[in-house]
Amino acid sequence: MANRPRTLYEKIWDDHVVETREDGTSLIYIDRHLVHEVTSPQAFEALRIAGRPVRRPELTLAVPDHNLPTTPRLGPDGKRLPIADPQSAAQLAALERNAPEFGIRYIDAAAAEQGIVHVVGPEQGFSLPGTTIVCGDSHTACHGGLGALAFGIGTSEVEHVLATQTLLLQRSKAMDIWVEGSLGPGVTAKDLILHIIGEIGAAGGSGYVIEYRGAVFEGMSVEERLTVCNMSIEAGARAGLIAPDETVCAYLKGRPMAPKGADWDAAVAYWKTLHTDPGAQFDKSIVIDASNIAPTVTWGTSPEDVVPIGGTVPSPDNFVDESKRAAATKSLDYMGLTPGTAMTDIPIENVFIGSCTNSRIEDLRAAAKVLKGRSKAPNVRWAIVVPGSGLVKRQAEEEGLDRVFTDAGFEWREPGCSACLGMNPDKVPAGERCASTSNRNFVGRQGPGARTHLLSPAMAAAAAITGRLADVRELD
Amino acid sequence: MEPVSSVSGRAIPFGAKNVDTDIIIPAKWLKTISREGLGEGAFESIRAEPGNIFDDPESVGAPILIAGDNFGCGSSREHAAWAILDLGIRAVIAPSYSDIFSGNAVKNGILPIVLPQEAVDRLMEVARDGEPIDIDLDTQTVTTPFQDRFTFDIDPFRKHCLMNGLDEVALTLERQQSIGQFESRRADAQGWLSTGTNIYRGDHA
Repeated sequence: MANRPRTLYEKIWDDHVVETREDGTSLIYIDRHLVHEVTSPQAFEALRIAGRPVRRPELTLAVPDHNLPTTPRLGPDGKRLPIADPQSAAQLAALERNAPEFGIRYIDAAAAEQGIVHVVGPEQGFSLPGTTIVCGDSHTACHGGLGALAFGIGTSEVEHVLATQTLLLQRSKAMDIWVEGSLGPGVTAKDLILHIIGEIGAAGGSGYVIEYRGAVFEGMSVEERLTVCNMSIEAGARAGLIAPDETVCAYLKGRPMAPKGADWDAAVAYWKTLHTDPGAQFDKSIVIDASNIAPTVTWGTSPEDVVPIGGTVPSPDNFVDESKRAAATKSLDYMGLTPGTAMTDIPIENVFIGSCTNSRIEDLRAAAKVLKGRSKAPNVRWAIVVPGSGLVKRQAEEEGLDRVFTDAGFEWREPGCSACLGMNPDKVPAGERCASTSNRNFVGRQGPGARTHLLSPAMAAAAAITGRLADVRELD
Repeated sequence: MEPVSSVSGRAIPFGAKNVDTDIIIPAKWLKTISREGLGEGAFESIRAEPGNIFDDPESVGAPILIAGDNFGCGSSREHAAWAILDLGIRAVIAPSYSDIFSGNAVKNGILPIVLPQEAVDRLMEVARDGEPIDIDLDTQTVTTPFQDRFTFDIDPFRKHCLMNGLDEVALTLERQQSIGQFESRRADAQGWLSTGTNIYRGDHA
C-alpha cells in the first residue's frame, strides 16, 4: 500500500485507522476534539448516566461561543456580568460545569483566548496538520486549511469521541478541485469559495472530501485557507483540505499548544509527507478558472445562489430544473427581490463582519482598509464587527483597527458566533437585509425573516459605505 | 435507541430540496440541554404559514417523511433528528441526504432511506392520495398498496445497528484494547501529537 500513489485524504485516513470491520466501516482515531456549549450538554449527560469517563480528556478543548452576548463580559468590579437569556445562561453554565467534571480544559468566557472554536483551535496551535479534528459543528471543515482532516459531527458522535477517542466511519470519496490562474485585484478567498459552491452546488460535494489544489491556494495565507475550507460544508462536502506547507509551519511555530523543540522538528518532517502523490486517483475532478471570478454575493437562501456583483437577480425561468425553478421563486419571495434587479441596486440596512468564516485578523484588516476615513451610509441602521477571538480583538486594537471601525459607525464587539446564527441577542430584524461575511443565507438564519447576502469582508465594508451591495473595486 | 425493523403508515408528502437543519429546527430551539420536546419547534417557519403540510390533520402523527435532494444540509445539529423523532417520524425517504444528518438519524433510530427521484416522485403521489407506505428494513424494500415495490441500499453496519437498537459507544468500548494499542503505536511514531496538549491549562476564570 505504501508504494501506491495516494491522495492527501487517503494518507491522513490511513494513519488514523484503528481497525476496519468486515462491512467496511473503520474505527478512526480522533486527535483533537473541540467542544462548545450548544451541541455538548446531551453528550455529557449521556456519559454521566452511563457512568462513562472521558478516555483522553487532554485531547478535548472546550470553549463557549454560540450563545455568548457580544456586549462587554465584565462589570466595573471585574466580575462576569450575568447573561440575560436564562436558557443561554443555563447552557453556558452546563459547559462550565461539565468541563471540569470530566477533566477537560476550558477557556472561560472572559479569557483573552476565548473565541469561536474554529478561530481558537488554529490560533492556539491545538489544530495541527495531519491530525483528525472533530467538533459538534459543521464548520469544523475550517481546520482543513491547516492540512487537517476536520469535520463536523452530531451530539451522539461527540459522546462517542469523548468516551472512546474514535469514530466509526465509512471512507468518503475524494474530490479534486483544481483552480487555475490567480484571483484578480479585490477578489478574495471568500469570493473564490462562493464561486466554487455556485459551480458545484450545495449538494455537489455530498459524500466527498474536497482537496483544493493549485497555485492560488499555495499563495494564500493560513487565514484565507481557513475561509475556503470552512465553507466546504456549504457545498455538501464534510471536509475540505489544503496540503500543509511552509506557510502553515510559519503560522503554527511558537503557538501555545503547538509542538516545541525536537517534537516540532519531528512534526514538520511528518507534515512534509502530507501531499497528494503524483498519479494518485481522485473519484471526481473539477477545474475552476480563478481569473474570471468577480467579487461574488448571494441573492437567495442557499449558498449556491451566487452571482457576480456586476450581475442581476436571476429569474426562476433561468433554471431548467423544475424543482430549482420552484426553489428560486420561493427564495426571491423570501428575499423580497425582483428578477432583473442589478445586485448593486439592492439596499442594505445591516452589516455583519464576523463568524468562523471571516473574523480573523486579516479579515478585519481587509474591511478596515476599505472603511478607513469613511462612514457607513445613513440607511445602514446596524453595523457590527465581531472579532473571532479575544486575541484577534487585542491584535486589531493594537493596530488601531477598532478606531477605524467605530469612526465609520460600526460597533466593536466581544468575540463569538453572534449574528451568524443569532443564538445570542445579535439578530437581523425580519424583512431587513444584512450584508454578512458569514457562511449561511438560509431562511431565518440570522433571525426570523432576516434576509442575508453573503460576501467578503471588503465587500461588506463597501456595502456599509454605499448603503447597498457594491463592487469594492469601484470605490475610488 | 429503539430498534427499528419496519415502519408503516402515512407519509408526509413534503418533497422540498436542500432542506437545511435551520429549517428543520431553528437556532432558538438549540438552547435546550435535553433531547426531548423539540417537535414543537420542528419546521417552525413552514408551520407559521396557514394550511402548511405538517399541521394538516392527515400528516400529524405520520411516521414517514418524504423529502427532496440533500435533506438535512447545513448545520450538524442533532437537534434536527431529535425534532423529527419527536414529531413521530421514524423514516425519511429522499434521493439524498447530507452526510451528517443521515448519521445523526441512524443514531436516533430514524431510517434515512435513499431512493431515486422517480421512486420518490411516485411515493409522493401515493402519500398525497393519503395511502400508506410500508418500509421493511430486513428486506430493504418500500411497498405501497398499489403493488409498487422499491428496493434501497443501506450500509450493513447501519442496518445492523438500527435493527438491533445498538449503542455505538458500547460497541466501540468493547474495542478498547485495539484503541490502546493504536495509541501506543502512535505515541512511538508521532510523539509530537501529545506534546502540546498539556501546556495550556485555560485557568483564566
